Amino acid sequence: MRPARAWVRVVSVGVKTWIEGWPVYRQLTGTDPLGRGAAAQSPKSKSLTSRTETADRVAKSVCPYCAVGCGQQIFVKDEKIVQIEGDPDSPVSRGRLCPKGSASLSLVTSDRRQQKVLYRRPYGKDWEELDLDTAMNMIADRVLAARDATWQDADEEGRPLNRTLGISSLGGATLDNEENYLIKKLFTAIGAIQIENQARI
Amino acid sequence: MESNSLYGPLDPAPEAGYTDAPPRMGFFTDTSVCIGCKACEVACKTWNAVPDDGFDLLGHSYDNTGGLTANSWRHVAFIEQPRSSSGASTDTPGAFAGLPVGPSSVPATNVIAAQTSADTGTSPGILPAVDALSAAATAGSEFLGAAPSGGCGSGGCGSSSGGSSSGGGAQMLGMPMTDLPGRVNEAPRSDFRWLMMSNVCKHCTHAGCLDVCPTGALFRTEFGTVVVQDDICNGCGYCISGCPYGVIDRRDDDGRAWKCTLCYDRIGDGLMPACATACPTESIQFGELDELRERAARRVETLQAQGVAEARLYGNDPSDGVGGDGAFFLLLDEPEVYGLPPDPHVPTRDVVSMWKKAGLAALTMAATAVVAFAGRRK
Amino acid sequence: MAEAHPVGFQWVVEAKNRGAKVIHVDPRFTRTSALAHTYLPVRAGADIAFLGGVINYILSNEKDFREYVVAYTNASMLVSEEFEDTEDLSGLFSGYDPETNTYDQSSWQYAGQQDEGQEEEESHADRETASGLEQESHGPPIPADVPRDPTLQDPRCVYQVLKRHYARYTPEVVERLCGVPQEKFLEVCEAWTANSGREKTTALVYSVGWTQHSVGVQYIRAGAIIQLLLGNMGRPGGGVMALRGHASIQGSTDIPTLFNLLPGYLPMPHFKQHESFDQWIDAIRHPEQSGFWANAKSYAVSLLKSYWGDAATEQNDFGYGWMPRLTGDHGTYQQVLDMIDGKIKGYFLLGQNPAVGSAHGKAQRLGMANLDWLVVRDLFMIESATFWKNGPEIGTGEIVPEECKTEVFFMPAASHAEKSGTFTQTQRMLQWREQAVEPPGDARSELWFFYHLGRIIRERLADSTLPRDEGIRRLAWDYELHGELQEPRGEDVLKEINGYDLTTGKLLSNFTEMKPDGSTSGGCWIYTGVYKDGVNQAARRKPGREQNYVAREWGWAWPSDRRTLYNRASADPDGKPWSERKKYVWWDEEKGEWVGDDVPDFEKTKPPSYRPPEGASGVEAISGDDAFIMQGDGKGWLYAPSGLIDGPMPTHYEPAESNVRNPLYAQQANPTRKVYQRSDNLTNPSPPEQHSEVYPFVFSTSRLTEHHTAGGMSRQLAYLSELQPEMFVEVSPELAAERELEHMGWAHIVTARAAIEARVMVTDRLAPLRIDGRIVHQLWMPYHWGSEGLVTGDSANDLIGITLDPNVLIQESKVGTCDIQPGRRPSGPELLAYVQSYRDRAGLTPGHHTPIETPRGADGEQ
Repeated sequence: MRPARAWVRVVSVGVKTWIEGWPVYRQLTGTDPLGRGAAAQSPKSKSLTSRTETADRVAKSVCPYCAVGCGQQIFVKDEKIVQIEGDPDSPVSRGRLCPKGSASLSLVTSDRRQQKVLYRRPYGKDWEELDLDTAMNMIADRVLAARDATWQDADEEGRPLNRTLGISSLGGATLDNEENYLIKKLFTAIGAIQIENQARI
Repeated sequence: MESNSLYGPLDPAPEAGYTDAPPRMGFFTDTSVCIGCKACEVACKTWNAVPDDGFDLLGHSYDNTGGLTANSWRHVAFIEQPRSSSGASTDTPGAFAGLPVGPSSVPATNVIAAQTSADTGTSPGILPAVDALSAAATAGSEFLGAAPSGGCGSGGCGSSSGGSSSGGGAQMLGMPMTDLPGRVNEAPRSDFRWLMMSNVCKHCTHAGCLDVCPTGALFRTEFGTVVVQDDICNGCGYCISGCPYGVIDRRDDDGRAWKCTLCYDRIGDGLMPACATACPTESIQFGELDELRERAARRVETLQAQGVAEARLYGNDPSDGVGGDGAFFLLLDEPEVYGLPPDPHVPTRDVVSMWKKAGLAALTMAATAVVAFAGRRK
Repeated sequence: MAEAHPVGFQWVVEAKNRGAKVIHVDPRFTRTSALAHTYLPVRAGADIAFLGGVINYILSNEKDFREYVVAYTNASMLVSEEFEDTEDLSGLFSGYDPETNTYDQSSWQYAGQQDEGQEEEESHADRETASGLEQESHGPPIPADVPRDPTLQDPRCVYQVLKRHYARYTPEVVERLCGVPQEKFLEVCEAWTANSGREKTTALVYSVGWTQHSVGVQYIRAGAIIQLLLGNMGRPGGGVMALRGHASIQGSTDIPTLFNLLPGYLPMPHFKQHESFDQWIDAIRHPEQSGFWANAKSYAVSLLKSYWGDAATEQNDFGYGWMPRLTGDHGTYQQVLDMIDGKIKGYFLLGQNPAVGSAHGKAQRLGMANLDWLVVRDLFMIESATFWKNGPEIGTGEIVPEECKTEVFFMPAASHAEKSGTFTQTQRMLQWREQAVEPPGDARSELWFFYHLGRIIRERLADSTLPRDEGIRRLAWDYELHGELQEPRGEDVLKEINGYDLTTGKLLSNFTEMKPDGSTSGGCWIYTGVYKDGVNQAARRKPGREQNYVAREWGWAWPSDRRTLYNRASADPDGKPWSERKKYVWWDEEKGEWVGDDVPDFEKTKPPSYRPPEGASGVEAISGDDAFIMQGDGKGWLYAPSGLIDGPMPTHYEPAESNVRNPLYAQQANPTRKVYQRSDNLTNPSPPEQHSEVYPFVFSTSRLTEHHTAGGMSRQLAYLSELQPEMFVEVSPELAAERELEHMGWAHIVTARAAIEARVMVTDRLAPLRIDGRIVHQLWMPYHWGSEGLVTGDSANDLIGITLDPNVLIQESKVGTCDIQPGRRPSGPELLAYVQSYRDRAGLTPGHHTPIETPRGADGEQ
């Protein structure tokens, strides 16, 4: 059926245009008599252009895996990331990336990424969805309750302790400095000291 | 049409009708600096949106890709060898010298090793090591010359049967086995090297796949590279048997043929192919083929001057059976060791004489082209 | 390095192409070994024996860079007469107390300084709080004016003490302990020494394979001693390079989320040592000290000003009273054990997956199962969020979903592309990332999460009158919000970190501008200058090809944008380059300042000839040839008179789990290591304890190129999963034969903690070693797998117990003992019985106590 449909559409385009676009015509009249090169190039091939060239903008970034700190360029089109590759300007990496860095595009655009807040209630057997605001308020409630229940003002000799041992935190080492700063600042201010990081591991 | 356009040295792009063709572009893959990181495989897939190739532990050292397929356009081969180059630059002579020798592994280990060929999800899904075996067996590689007798482990040799043990020629290269090639109990562990090579479509000067493609899906670009056009390919599969390297392959799901395009879209915009862009150690170099050939020749000289006598180029010779490769390699051993055919020939080498006589063939191809062209415009 | 840091390895390849010799020492032949000129297999856990052997080679052949050593190290300083070495005390230094397993360090001091040493109680508190970490930016306190012998002949000078200590680390002993043939070991010694000196430098590169040991800090110390003796510190192409494993793990210690540190390596207040503000300040600055650390009050007060803003005043000690206090060890492993014991209610996991990535996976998961609530923030669903339904303990019945009370919140996180901020890479360089797009769905940055969590908590407590709430109520928490998501700006926080002159509102340009009177702020003093001249210096991106190799206009490195630390040492004592070839920073007599390729790590206009006046302290006391300006005495330390819990010189101790009796000393393992003696944290027996043969093999774990840590960012991606799809264990053909393991068949590995299964990879890349007269097999595993993701498998960290380095409380997870058997492990409750059967045979009965100090006479016939 396909050829027939094609013919119909082709006629409406104009026979001459179509004939000229026909590889065999090009092959017989052009410089490529064997029809293996210029004459065989499809319109799609002819119009190919790399998506890095058509991107709306490029963000200068840094690879999130190991500590070498390779430069990355993140190409964005229509508010979507379309490519991540090495930044040739970087004196650290000179544009190169390892397999993990090269997989960064799929890291950030993977459909396996969790995009919803999930909640497992006590003794629950499965996840439930939860609204982000609700979750934030529930977490704040729990932090305050744990703090109240375990607060230590001073030791038995009256030396100040000002702390809770009821809350723990363990951070990965892919957090930004700015984030670590706020984390430590907030936890210190509420008296939570059991704040740790991959750097201990 | 010149008589030699299907065989021998030539510049393929002008030959294919490009009047102002840019210089021929290609890859020089220098395996002496490959660290086997596989960035090339991932960068290629990321750029070209190539599907994954299945999650199979193959047991070929650190190679779990298995070979070049429709879903893997770059493939890093790993070869573990109990030997060393004579020189000091590219491997580690005496890596294990002086260490105690224990009993060898059980023969059953060999059998398992030799039979690991998990389904790669593609066809034919050629595993390079298998190619290497047959190629090496016929070429009589010295590695395979080591007889399996004399060093059998505690379990005895009798059990190492199973279709792959006869004559010593069927041993798995680079794999641990009863007798690692070159090592028997009497000649304990000493040298060791781990060769790595990122393989890719060779973009032959005379491309068998292109020559046999009846639809015009495969075509020669202005850069002299060979590209499958997925909007034309109808999945007939002729190209697969046309490739002397076993590179081009069809996908199980859509039936069409896929392979490295040398990032036709990128190089058209003046960018480097994705694999060469990512490669951390410049093992994969992209550039004008003439310049790459000069660079490669210098690199071989340097390595040989450093004592790496085995350093050699593969696929760089325009007078070879495919008229030279657009993607060629610096190897540290015989090509068979890496799973590469020692003397590839374009299958259409003999077509030239036939072609002249066969007007009918041309008509047939033209007719096929009509169907294919019309079919494409759905 | 090629395995875990492939892009960094391009520089090794480049150096090699230019003629450098590359040597790789590793228990197994890796992708790095494949490109090295020389590879040496070594027994895991024997590195100090190896490095000590190199030190011995240098000293007994007088191959040290003598001029450098005399001028820039403490080689000439005299050690107290009371000091006794491990040679004299069977592997212990003087001052050991078997009750607390710590040292009274008074006798380790320089001559005449014995009063300065740490007493036991202090030493104990220091171990509990991992105070060694405070020295990342500066040396421990030490007084100046130490008696010296520049001829290095006095038997009590550091040089001679060192020589005696390592005299027994001969090539023969190295071979016996490490399994490295003597000729190959000597080849390394010769190459290292021949390629060091005026004209040449040698770089030493290590990875986490060194830090994760019960003597981890001393491993690195041993490397530093070699590099100091050979004059490779502070010079181009030299140094000790730590290849850290995470994008901002350096930043995570600089601006720590660590229990014992505040930003810039200031100590978290200890309830006893730092009860008052003045005690805290004096503990940091040590009033009589020389060096920049003397200005500690400025750094500390500026931090408090950043935390509490206007509420921090001189009258209230800048808010010091609101700071919580440590009482001991509050580290992550102590926390996990406390979770098991029900002492902890809530737990935040922020892009971290301890169920797979931390030692003793079972303890991690059982701890999580005994919380009230757990918040997991990550990109993907990770094992630490699903322990209650997919963890290995579900199969064994140790966790039953219907009986597990832990409430779990999974909060999707923004990726690195969806927020802007800085990472600090492994060379202390901060690099700014631009945001590319907004995060999808409910995904948010940590900046967003913690800002809004803090906002809500502050709203709840706004009317509180409780003293405990004052610190949070008065916190400076007024960040401007932007965009639809109401996100604080990374730039604003980085500016706060940089610090301001509060009188003018201008950003500070250097930490030297900080004041102790509250007129400046700064959230991390070593980062001050990142906003120099009001410009985000971390965002500088002048292309590398347009700069020289130091590339100073790319990013920003702490401190003060110095790219190579202690680079004053790249010039001789007179300020001239050691050689033309290796010139880097030198004194320009005409200009009257230090010049060169880098920011001088020295006061810019202090001439080499400067000598401090009598009684000087602080910066004034740094002499013109004191290259190591952050050390109390301005010298690189070959011998550490203080600052280390486990001894002034690295000493070979066997790993906490070993099947080799320490051939050098009666003391088997680090006598000060941190051990949690609990029935749920058993340690495999080591000689001279009986039954070490039950776990006869040595194992090590590390990374594969194709995966990242616990797999949360790699096993979720098809392109990486397909490259290494399954958990496996590497064994030599010899071990395969001994245990009848088949290539690609199954095997299981057993320790006192767990049994896990893996596919077998038989490979020549692992070799049996001859150790102390017998053959020792080593096996190796990657640790990336767990129960979630595209590819799943058992986790190697389940095998590992919790024993910590005493200085920094990091676990020994790079070496242990185990058994390996063919076939899959049992499943269900039978698995527990199986692991128990090994414990029974190993004598790990209830009440079993792992000896810390090796009982004398324990060797029976010996």
